[in-house]
Amino acid sequence: MKLTMTSTVAFMLSTGVAMAGGHCAAGKTLNDDVLTVATGNPAYYPWVMDDAPEAKAGFEAAVAYAVANRMGFEDGQVVWVRSSFDQAIQPGAKNFDFNLQQFSITEEREEIVDFSLPYYSAAMAVVTRQPVVDRGAEASLASLKGLLWGAHASTTAVPMLAAIVQPDADPLLYGDNADVVEAMKANQIDAALMDLPTALFTAGVLLDDGVVLGQFPPDRSDNPDQFGLLMEEGNPLKECVDAALAELTEDGTLAAIEAEWLAEATGVPVIE
Amino acid sequence: MTQADIDGPDATAPGLTRRQVYEARIRRRSMIVAATSTAAVMLALLLLIPLAPGWEGVKKSFFNADVFSKTFPGLIEAFLLDVAIFAWSAPLIFLLGLLIALCRDARSPALYPLRLFGILYTDIFRGVPVILVIYLIGFGIPGLGLPRPWNSPYIWGTVALVLTYAAYVAEVLRSGIESIHHSQRAAAASLGLGHGDTMRFVILPQAIRRVVPANMNLFIALQKDVALLSFIGPVEIFRQAGVYKSLLANFTPYVGAALIFLAVTVPATRYADYLMTKQARARS
Repeated sequence: MKLTMTSTVAFMLSTGVAMAGGHCAAGKTLNDDVLTVATGNPAYYPWVMDDAPEAKAGFEAAVAYAVANRMGFEDGQVVWVRSSFDQAIQPGAKNFDFNLQQFSITEEREEIVDFSLPYYSAAMAVVTRQPVVDRGAEASLASLKGLLWGAHASTTAVPMLAAIVQPDADPLLYGDNADVVEAMKANQIDAALMDLPTALFTAGVLLDDGVVLGQFPPDRSDNPDQFGLLMEEGNPLKECVDAALAELTEDGTLAAIEAEWLAEATGVPVIE
Repeated sequence: MTQADIDGPDATAPGLTRRQVYEARIRRRSMIVAATSTAAVMLALLLLIPLAPGWEGVKKSFFNADVFSKTFPGLIEAFLLDVAIFAWSAPLIFLLGLLIALCRDARSPALYPLRLFGILYTDIFRGVPVILVIYLIGFGIPGLGLPRPWNSPYIWGTVALVLTYAAYVAEVLRSGIESIHHSQRAAAASLGLGHGDTMRFVILPQAIRRVVPANMNLFIALQKDVALLSFIGPVEIFRQAGVYKSLLANFTPYVGAALIFLAVTVPATRYADYLMTKQARARS
C-alpha cells in the first residue's frame, strides 16, 4: 500500500507539468492529476473483463479510459476503486470522480446525484431456460404475462416489468444477478428481465440451458434505459465529462467500443 | 433546602406524615430534574445536528417527506407479507423447538441417540447465521428438482427460519424443563404417572409458563429476521424498501420500514418486559 502511495505521489509530481495547461478537468478531480473511477465489486462481464478494469478490457473499462484520455488523463493517471450502488447514492463526500456500473439515468436519481450524458442505451432482454421455451413461452407480451418473473431488485427492470409486461403473478426480486440465476436454476422463476449484454452473458455462460427469448428495443417510446456516469451532485467535473462523451459519440469512438465489446447483441428477436 | 421548606404548608395535609410529604416532594423534584435534563438533551440534538455540514444532504436522502409519503403505503402492504410469514412460522417453531427440547431431555440410555441428535441440532443451527441457512435451504433444496409449487421460496424460506429458530426455542424450553425441581418428578412418580404423563401433565405446564418471557424475546427477534427471506425472492418490506431506494436513489424508504418494524416490536417488547416483571414479583 505504502509503495503504491509513494509511486502515485511520484507519478503525480512527474506528470503535474503535463496537466497544468489549463485543461477542463484541472483542479476538479478528487486528487490532483488523478482520475478516480469506481466500478462494481465484483465488476461483471462484458462490462469489465475478469473483474480487472485496469486491463482496459470490457465495455465500461474501455469507455472509462476513453473518457479519461479525452479529458487529458494518461492511462496511468486513472485509479480504480470499488463501490456498491448504495455507496454511490449515499449522501456525503464520494471516493470517486465518476462511477460507472450500468447505472440507468432516471429523473428521481438525478435529484440526489449527477449523471453524465448517456454512454449506452440498453435494450432490456428476457432470459429464460430451454424447458420454459419447450413449454411454449415465446417472445410475445401475451405469452410473457403468464410466466413467473424474477429480477435484480435495484435495476430499472423492476418498474419495467410492472409497466410493460404486467405479469399475472407478482415477480420475485433478488439482491444481485447471481441470485436471479440461482432462482432460475431452482425453477423458482421462469424468466428474468435484465439489460441485453448481461442477459447474453447470463444465458450463454451462467446457465447451461439459457435462452435470450427476446428484447425490448432501447428506444421504446416513453422511457429509454440509458446508462450514465454517476457523479456527486454538483460535481464541477460534469461539464468536462459531458464534453468528452459528446466528442466520443460524435467521432464514432463510442460506437466502435460498443461494437468491440457488445457486438453479439444482434439476432435477438424484438418483442412487440 | 431550609427547615421552613420541609415544614411547609403541605406538612399539615390530612392523613400524611411529614416523612411522606417530604418523600413526595423529593419525587416531584427528581421528576422535574429528569424532565428538564431530557428536554435539554433533546433540544441540543435538535439544534446541533442540523448544524452539521452534511445535514442538508442527509435530510434529503433519509428524511425526505415526499418520498416518505409516496412509499409508505407500499411498505405497509409489503409488511403484511412479513406478518403472514411470521404467523405461520411461529407455531411451527414452537412445536419443533418443543420436540428438540424433549429429545435433549431423553433420560433412558437406549434413547441416547435422540439426545445426541438434540445436542447436534442445537449446536449446528445456533452456530450458523440465519441468512446462510436461508440461502442454502432456499436455493439448495429446490435446486434438487422439486416440481412446482413445492420448490417455492416461501416454503423453503420458512423451513430455514423454523429450523434456525427452533434451535433457540429448544434451548429456552430445555432451561425451563431443567428449572423444575426434581422433587416434582418424584412426586409424579409416586402418584403412579409414567414418564410421558409426568412430562405432559406435570413438568411442561410449569416449564413452558416459566420461559414465556424468554420466548417472547425470541419471537420479537423472529419478527425482524423474517425480512431475511427477501434474499431468496419474496418481496416483503425490506426488499420493497430496497426497490424504492434504488428507483428513487433515496434511503427514506428504509426509515419508513424501520418505523413500521418499531410500531410492532416496541409494544411486543414492552409486553415481554411486563410479563417478566410480573413473573419476578410472583416468584419473590
